[in-house]
Amino acid sequence: MYPRAFAYHRAKSYPEAISLLSELGEDAKFLAGGQSLIPLMKLRLSAPRHLVDLNFIPETSYVRSNGAARFGAMTRHADIAASAEAARIPILRDCAAGIADPQVRHMGTIGGSIAEADPTGDWAPVLLALSATVKTLGLAGERSLDIAEFILDAYTTALQPAELVTEIAIPLPAERSGGAYIALKRCAPVYASASVAVQLTLHDNHTCQDARVYLGVLGLTATRVTAAEELLRVTPITADSMEKVREAVMDMAEPTSDMRGSAEYKRHAAGALAKLAVETAVKRARGEHVEVTHLYA
Amino acid sequence: MLDDIPRVRVSVRVNGKQYTRDVEPRMLLVQFLREELSLTGTHIGCDTSYCGACTVLLNGRSVKSCTVFAFQADGGEVLTVEGLAKDGQLHPVQQAFSDCHGFQCGYCTPGFLMSTVQLLEECPHPTEWDIRKGIAGNTCRCTGYQNIFKAIHAAAAAGGGADRGH
Repeated sequence: MYPRAFAYHRAKSYPEAISLLSELGEDAKFLAGGQSLIPLMKLRLSAPRHLVDLNFIPETSYVRSNGAARFGAMTRHADIAASAEAARIPILRDCAAGIADPQVRHMGTIGGSIAEADPTGDWAPVLLALSATVKTLGLAGERSLDIAEFILDAYTTALQPAELVTEIAIPLPAERSGGAYIALKRCAPVYASASVAVQLTLHDNHTCQDARVYLGVLGLTATRVTAAEELLRVTPITADSMEKVREAVMDMAEPTSDMRGSAEYKRHAAGALAKLAVETAVKRARGEHVEVTHLYA
Repeated sequence: MLDDIPRVRVSVRVNGKQYTRDVEPRMLLVQFLREELSLTGTHIGCDTSYCGACTVLLNGRSVKSCTVFAFQADGGEVLTVEGLAKDGQLHPVQQAFSDCHGFQCGYCTPGFLMSTVQLLEECPHPTEWDIRKGIAGNTCRCTGYQNIFKAIHAAAAAGGGADRGH
């Protein structure tokens, strides 16, 4: 399958890319890793007349740690998965190492993924749970946006025309923090049926001082489950409270039935994933090394 | 309209040999390999980034060449299934797939070979789970995967990760 014919523009810097896109107008798009855009173009769901290629701009793929974990927008998922930052903040590794399959992780970028704002994308719930900041550059200069202000709706971000993402910064979690991200998928290359991101900080071994719980995939954007967060903050961590977290997530989830499963199936899946993610996050916050991966069923 | 669009120059080293072609911007890497270079060992299966039949290594990393534009490989290095055998000798991964009958119709096999080469490069002694993760982006509709697993274990035992041929 061929996409519709388009003209190619290779940018050598972000400012050049921005001015190119702004000159070319609405029929132009930025190309990052292309793992969403190229399939959309091949299906002719997207048919830009110009592509401005960001892949040959130097210094756009990096992992840094100065006050925060910083990922260049063009950093490939596989490089994030293998980074020391992902080892230090395990929810990042759960996400980066679980996206699609090795081939897609070698090309797909974190910046491209969040700029796409696909409701079934993996990064949004994770970056929301971590209170990440998105740095952007556009005609009006640099901006720094909270991820919650950045993702507005399905496939809709706060990016202005010709503005692009340059960096994602994640504040370093406090001591005794842990998180987990788990998705339920039918198989690796397809979109998840449900996913849950949890990031929490323990007060002592049995109580949380802070917790973030987000559901992915099930709505137009990731959904925050404040009832579950509140439960984690006010009740000691016991089997009973875990059960209540599961129920709170099931109450909050509003899935729709589709080829990935019935609404009821997804609601149960979200509850079970949340319980598993909280249990994993607590263990990690206590200093245990726990590996989790996406579940395939 | 097509005549108005300038072609894009793609210079790429494929299986150790340098090629330069001026192509339509919309040409995908898999089409570049098959149609411009006549390297038809890389197959198009689903054409939607699902099945992995088109897997090649781009700059040492596996990619689905149906979901990469040819220009994204410009200045880079590609290894396809044609580049695995050396001096008439099958690559250890190819030999293991042959010995274990890790295929039936063979259509998906070039992609599985390339994903296996990549897996063993990163993880020379994979566990069952490592193999599952490593070939998660490749689909086989014939074998039920059992013989593919046997082949990957055999390739690892034969040191398939030690020599990628480059």
